[in-house]
Amino acid sequence: MTIFDLLELDFVQTALIAAAVLGLVAGVLGPFIVTRKMAFAVHGTSELAFSGGAAALLLGIGVGYGALAGSIIAAVLLGVLSRRESDRDSVIGAILAFGLGMGILMLSLYKGRTTNKFGLLTGQIVGVDSTDLKLLVVSSVAVLAVLAFIYRPLFFASVDPDVAISRGVPVRSLSIVFAVLVGVATALSVQVVGALLVLALMITPAAAAMRITASPLRATVLSVVFAEVAAVGGILLSLQPGLPVSALVTAVSFVIYLVCRGIGAVQRRST
Amino acid sequence: MTAISLRGARLSYGDRVLWDGLDLDVEPGEFLAVLGPNGSGKTSLMRVLLGLQPLSSGTVTVAGGNQAVGYIPQQRALDQSMTLRGRDLVGLGLDGYRWGLGLRNRRERKIRVDAAIASVGATRYADEPIGLLSGGEQQRLRVAQALVGDPTVMLCDEPLLSLDLGNQRVVSELIDKRRREANTAVLFVTHELNPVLPLVDRVLYLVGGRFRVGTPEEVMNSRTLSELYRTPVEVVRVRDQILVVGAGACEEQTHHLTAEAAS
Repeated sequence: MTIFDLLELDFVQTALIAAAVLGLVAGVLGPFIVTRKMAFAVHGTSELAFSGGAAALLLGIGVGYGALAGSIIAAVLLGVLSRRESDRDSVIGAILAFGLGMGILMLSLYKGRTTNKFGLLTGQIVGVDSTDLKLLVVSSVAVLAVLAFIYRPLFFASVDPDVAISRGVPVRSLSIVFAVLVGVATALSVQVVGALLVLALMITPAAAAMRITASPLRATVLSVVFAEVAAVGGILLSLQPGLPVSALVTAVSFVIYLVCRGIGAVQRRST
Repeated sequence: MTAISLRGARLSYGDRVLWDGLDLDVEPGEFLAVLGPNGSGKTSLMRVLLGLQPLSSGTVTVAGGNQAVGYIPQQRALDQSMTLRGRDLVGLGLDGYRWGLGLRNRRERKIRVDAAIASVGATRYADEPIGLLSGGEQQRLRVAQALVGDPTVMLCDEPLLSLDLGNQRVVSELIDKRRREANTAVLFVTHELNPVLPLVDRVLYLVGGRFRVGTPEEVMNSRTLSELYRTPVEVVRVRDQILVVGAGACEEQTHHLTAEAAS
């Protein structure tokens, strides 16, 4: 089959739509995650999404709902337990290890097909069906709507917390709300690129964008573009040779990152 | 109308009383310096005025509340790779606390932000990444950030710390200009009085649960400070500087002030 024949297929089209939606959400959240130094928290949350998904598999509920529940619980736990920034690293480490252990236990108890197990770790976007797609689109719209509402105070709290507090911005509540948004987005990404590779969509595009501009608006636009290129481009590249989607999504994402680092280094030298 | 008013204010953590029976009125356009050694409750007073710390007893009123306050924090090294320009920092001071994306009135917003940046002479570097600017440049933008919201009260928490003498003068003069032009009350927490001495109307001096309010002449003299510190303290005026020479209790102060007089 040529690539054009492949693009005719329903499941390929569903996968592309799912990737495009995720790229948008991940791209918009990314600059906040990088500014708030939450890369490790995202990783921890994705492990718990994996555990939630594994629990759902065992209980016979939709994996998507399990992953969603797992990451939201993780996000709230992280928000509540790490009141001080200095605590955060170790709290995430502790929760992450436990969550991953539980996930593996539940997978080992599951008697179903092994491809399902593998998919939770490395992504199974071609397995996304129309129900999953509906959940993904609805959740993404909800995430973007909440983010639009809290955008300015969240930005204030992220870059300048001391002054934000002085102006009455509810910095602590915002950080929990944002953690939940990240939790939802992470759970959605787990479906596409898998728990282990979520960072490729949530962190790398934003980190790349922030290397080449100091304007927050431009950084967000570029981050969305990069995430879209990585997510959609990764799938397109994986179709013909039949390679794993997650491998190509991360590869595209990483190449963009390297190029941006190079551009950033040149820019700094010239100023 | 009084800008800041404290009545019978008491703040204590368990048995430790930071201050008690504090009555203080700061009038519009007044420059009040808050002095005292570490742990005397200067920062806690600031937190009370910002509404972040409830009083143990007594009342506090700040005219206009949080939204009418311009807050200038200590200069702190910002992450060099931070995706933020001076322009963005100042803009947050204008409407960063409001919900939503803020897509309306972009033009009017830009005019106000530009004006605030120009008023502190920061136009040249307002579009540079803020992490790459010098401490003095960052603090000028901090002043613009506090001014752009048109505050009735400015709360300054050691804004000159870690700045060189030239930048200390520039930043304190910018704050002084604002209160003269717009009649903004200034509450200025510092452990070095000398850089702002010519601007100060009154001093609030806090030491170990005791305090004294008055003009610099009334407070910064050997008798008053000896009473406050409960140990002999010598206050000497050298040219335009005040030197506090004390025994133990105010070592830190002495060190700072003499170091400055020598420079």
